[in-house]
Amino acid sequence: MASILTVDDSASIRQAIKITLMTDGHQVAEAVDGMDGLSKAKAAKVDLIITDLNMPNMNGLEMIRAIRGGGIQAGTPILFLSTESDPEIKGQAKAAGATGWLNKPFSAEQLVAVVKKVLAR
Amino acid sequence: MSNDPTETFRLEAQDLLEQIEQGLLDLTRRPGDRDLVDAVFRGLHTLKGSGAMFGFDALAAFTHHCETAFDRVRKGEVPATDALVSAVLAAQDHMRALVEGLETTDAVGEALLSALQQAVDNAAGAETSEALSEPAPRTWRIRFSLPAAALANGVRPLPLLDELRGLGDCEVIALTGEIPPLEDLVPTACHLGWDVTLTTAHGRDAIEDVFLFVIDDMSLDITALDESGGVQDAPPPQVQSGEGAAPAAPDLAGATNTPAAVAADTKAAKGGDTVRVPAERLDEMMDRVGELVIVQSRLKSLAASTSDIALRAVAEEIERLASEMRDTMMVVRMMPVATLFGRFRRLIHDLSRDTGKAIELVTEGEATELDKTVIERLADPLIHLIRNAADHGLESTSDRIAAGKSATGRITLSARQTGAEVVITVCDDGRGVDRDRVRAKAEQQGLLAANSAIGDAELLQLIFHPGFSTAAQVTNLSGRGVGMDVVKRTIEGLRGQIGLTSVGGEGSQVSLRIPLTLAIIDGLLVRVGASRFVIPLASVEECVELTTEQDLRSTGRSVLMLRDQLVPFIRLRELFNTGRPDEHQKVVVVATGEERVGLVVDQILGDHQTVIKALSPFHTSVETFSGATILGDGGVALILDVGHLVAAGQRQDARMNQAS
Repeated sequence: MASILTVDDSASIRQAIKITLMTDGHQVAEAVDGMDGLSKAKAAKVDLIITDLNMPNMNGLEMIRAIRGGGIQAGTPILFLSTESDPEIKGQAKAAGATGWLNKPFSAEQLVAVVKKVLAR
Repeated sequence: MSNDPTETFRLEAQDLLEQIEQGLLDLTRRPGDRDLVDAVFRGLHTLKGSGAMFGFDALAAFTHHCETAFDRVRKGEVPATDALVSAVLAAQDHMRALVEGLETTDAVGEALLSALQQAVDNAAGAETSEALSEPAPRTWRIRFSLPAAALANGVRPLPLLDELRGLGDCEVIALTGEIPPLEDLVPTACHLGWDVTLTTAHGRDAIEDVFLFVIDDMSLDITALDESGGVQDAPPPQVQSGEGAAPAAPDLAGATNTPAAVAADTKAAKGGDTVRVPAERLDEMMDRVGELVIVQSRLKSLAASTSDIALRAVAEEIERLASEMRDTMMVVRMMPVATLFGRFRRLIHDLSRDTGKAIELVTEGEATELDKTVIERLADPLIHLIRNAADHGLESTSDRIAAGKSATGRITLSARQTGAEVVITVCDDGRGVDRDRVRAKAEQQGLLAANSAIGDAELLQLIFHPGFSTAAQVTNLSGRGVGMDVVKRTIEGLRGQIGLTSVGGEGSQVSLRIPLTLAIIDGLLVRVGASRFVIPLASVEECVELTTEQDLRSTGRSVLMLRDQLVPFIRLRELFNTGRPDEHQKVVVVATGEERVGLVVDQILGDHQTVIKALSPFHTSVETFSGATILGDGGVALILDVGHLVAAGQRQDARMNQAS
């Protein structure tokens, strides 16, 4: 069981992630944008952060840079949600310090598999 | 390319049929090869689908049945027996007829299908438990190190190693060589590398998947180990780490040298980035390049007669470009002879069936390239030669065994490039040419006076004479007496030469020497009297001065001492009757193959890019010239046929030898 923070401005995505991961036995906290995500990341250590990139009030890239740059959550894997057509964004996000990604649209199984992959067992 | 999709389909269908045929023929040698079975099935499937799209309903229906039958092979239900492959090959011929819209009836198709069904049923009966085996486990050496920032970014090496362990038996060694001294150590950076030996039935893809998120940034080297544990084609070990040292992903494709990897490479090479262009466009472009070269040489001679430096510079630049363009054009038109040789495998298959002889075809040098037009025109002569080899050359199986040879006759088809020529040989290990029969036949045909003395080489040359055939019985395959002379004429039409050597009891070899290209050559422009001639530069070995004393000494026998070798020479002035020679004559030594001959000329004018124009049909009997070209000043120069001149020179020398 791990504690996971999902950062997304879309409630439906947050909900989908939350339901999927809770069913898999994890604890899921939510943040509604980058700013919210950063402050929640500062507040409590989590095992994994899953974030969208395109968000109001600080986008995902800026949030990842702030987290890695601020030494917050050192070593915590960060997954970002991306579309397959964005190889450049992918490179930027990795450069910012993201651990991995999940291509949208994704299935519940894919989400569980990727989460399992990045979490230390 | 045609805008009519039906026409495009026809072309595509021919490719597919070709592909199916090659696959089937390969299957006779490697019956269990899944890739081949799949390739054949795919071909049938596409043919059916596209056929239906473009109104080839009969083709689609017929192919559907073949596909259904072959599907059982694909599913591993029946093995690909020889009988089954032969049945599909026969069916494939019917498909070809349907594609080409040839006269054929449904009854033919039904007969083929029932034969195919029969073959499938028999094969099902003969089924041995050849269950599909799991892919054999292989051992890989995986060497990797993570980017320095990996740990801070949430990549964890331990789960990666666990995932690798999940794939199979795994041995992990940590590489500590990159760990810096304590004072330089950044505690959050990743300094370790790992060396993992993994034995798994999973492929390279599965291993790479483990590193999914980091594969672009890390140093990863996956190498297949062979069974003895040695590394195949391993690059020197490299472990890189530390800030800013995140290396590019190593060239994974190049890291192995296993048969599987090689097979994948050849597939990739075949399906490369290619454009199909109709042949006429290439020919058109070739003509334009030819014209460009002619205009360029006019420009060159104009520039040479002025003192205008700028014009000269431009002329030189144009000359360079034209020559490069010519070379590029040549390369574009080149095709590997593999496309030609491939067709003969089916021929051998059929010949073997029709003659009842076991025949094996060995091909060599398939990567050798030749001009497209040349390749097309070589197909018929080679078919003749192969048929001859199978029919006349190879003995029957029982005769071979009686003669202490292997039961399977071998026909070797090889190609290699020597200079500006490609030599193609058709070689068999049969009984060899029976000289007595050739002589008897020649005398009977009136080609040779009874009991006249004739050299062995000349005797063998008689085989290429029109109307000559030694086959006691005219068979379906050869022996109609139109073979060899047609072959000879075709090869000479390509400015090539044909030669035959044969050893009794050991076999015969026909070699064809073909110039690489038909259109433009590099030539050496020479002057004899008032006329200019072009000697193909590729056959020129050297130019030497003909000293007056040599000239006088050699009045009886025209031979030249060249570095302790006697080289016969021909005075072109005498040959062309152009009057008294200049004082300073030159000898151009030309060669074809082993033969060398000197050509005495008055002046060597220099190199000339020669666009070959064919002589008019009235001049087909002229052997000394292979064509003509237009010079920069608008004049015409004839192109010397070096092969004939060398032969003439050697004959002259031989006569002298006999006389003396």
